Amino acid sequence: MLQINNLVVKYGGIIAVDGVSLQVEQGELVALIGANGAGKTTTLHTVSGLLKAARGEILFRGENITKLPAETIVARGLVQVPEGRQVFARLTVEENLKMGAYLQRDRAAIRRNYERAMEMFPILKQRRRQAAGTLSGGEQQMLAIGRALLSNPKMLLLDEPSMGLSPLMTQLVFDALRSLKAEGMTLLLVEQNAYEALDISDRAYIMETGNVIMEGRSSELISDPRVRDAYLGGAV
Amino acid sequence: MTAAYFFTQLINGLRLGSVYAIVAVGYSIVYGILKLINFAHGDIMTIGVYAIIVLMTSTGLPLWLVILISVCISVLAGLLIERLAYRPLRRRNAQEEAVLVASLAVSTLLQNLLQMVFSSQKKPFRLPDALTARIDIGAIQLSVMNIITFVAVAILLVILLFIVKKTRIGTAMRACSENMTAARLMGISVTRVVVFAFALGSALAAVAGLMLAGEYKTASPDMGFVPGLKAFCAAVVGGIGSLGGAVVGGILIGLAEMLFAGLVPTSLTAYRDAFVFVVLIVVLLVRPNGLFNVKEGGRS
Repeated sequence: MLQINNLVVKYGGIIAVDGVSLQVEQGELVALIGANGAGKTTTLHTVSGLLKAARGEILFRGENITKLPAETIVARGLVQVPEGRQVFARLTVEENLKMGAYLQRDRAAIRRNYERAMEMFPILKQRRRQAAGTLSGGEQQMLAIGRALLSNPKMLLLDEPSMGLSPLMTQLVFDALRSLKAEGMTLLLVEQNAYEALDISDRAYIMETGNVIMEGRSSELISDPRVRDAYLGGAV
Repeated sequence: MTAAYFFTQLINGLRLGSVYAIVAVGYSIVYGILKLINFAHGDIMTIGVYAIIVLMTSTGLPLWLVILISVCISVLAGLLIERLAYRPLRRRNAQEEAVLVASLAVSTLLQNLLQMVFSSQKKPFRLPDALTARIDIGAIQLSVMNIITFVAVAILLVILLFIVKKTRIGTAMRACSENMTAARLMGISVTRVVVFAFALGSALAAVAGLMLAGEYKTASPDMGFVPGLKAFCAAVVGGIGSLGGAVVGGILIGLAEMLFAGLVPTSLTAYRDAFVFVVLIVVLLVRPNGLFNVKEGGRS
């Protein structure tokens, strides 16, 4: 579904992503893990068209999207839930969701996606007239995911959805990702929370300073001693 | 000074203030999205006024149509400026200061262009007598133009509020002014939102120009610059980026200016422009982010 080949991205003169290749098949949940500054977010931003690739190509459903503007990429069904949630704080919950549906023309589909988001996160329904800035961090993350669902995605890119959340909220968010996967959604999940990410995903890529240094089935990576030492703090 | 004189000045102040308000809103909309203070905004007013003069003297079109066309010409001018001067800079990720300086250059360029075409002489700006007639309520002097200004500004603000709060593009505008990256990730075309913001601001400026010229009965190539600066002060006083703040700031500045002009001895009235900037400085000393600070969770 998504294929990245030898992607190189530069920030000013600095190479932030240095020849990353990865792929995500339809219906898969793939995790991209690694420390701060490894280039995970840069990779996602380039996939979403917010940053320009210096080299390499990005294919989505077989089509080259490397040079497309952000809005076209969203229109094709590749939707990002950005790091730090980035909900529109002064807009109401409902307005935020409406912005998710900005490019959608089919009212019935918008309705369907709206109901689906509300079903997944019932708290949003209660808060729909509230400014998004008044929500808790976890609720904002739910809103960010709900907003992305209203873009009618074929695939979701999630950037650190557990960042700054309580363990309970993190569980709720990961449960939501599980149910999206169960519905057949394709997901690429960027996480620093390596254990959770490996636990939920089918496969994973591990990034370090702009490169993918390991990849494989998550169930195997989770018990790999090198991964355990470097990313799981020697835990389980 | 009589009470009637005071009320006359009060009404004049409100009238001037409501004109500043719709110009200030234009500054604030564009600033909210691009963090750009578009100093050429005031000159868009002038373009609208000259468009009316040309259309009135060279065609026999009815006034409402002339006004409509002049608004369209101003919108076109605003969009051209955005397209030719600001967008190329944005595409190259120019710093905010560079775009700011570019807007000053555009302002000077527009004033010089108008001088070249129309000379720097003041031109008479005559509206039909019915519009400029005086109405006296007791000892309070009003003009028909006063009332038209109030009504027109009120209607425009209601329309603006509706657009910003209720329409898809208006909500997208608010989304962009809050978080442009997130807006792009929703598929919102920032370029389209910027174009819309410039169109909206320019249309409001054109109407403001008409009101100003109608009151002063003359037009000159630089007539928009100082009122533009004052409207900018109004936007800052209100808290730049906040539309409600722009309206309140505009009315405040207009009132302050007119009451100053009316209440101080005649020898000092020449300093009314300076007084406006004093008001700006005082407000900023007390509230550095203006009266309605967007960042503190105020609503735009």
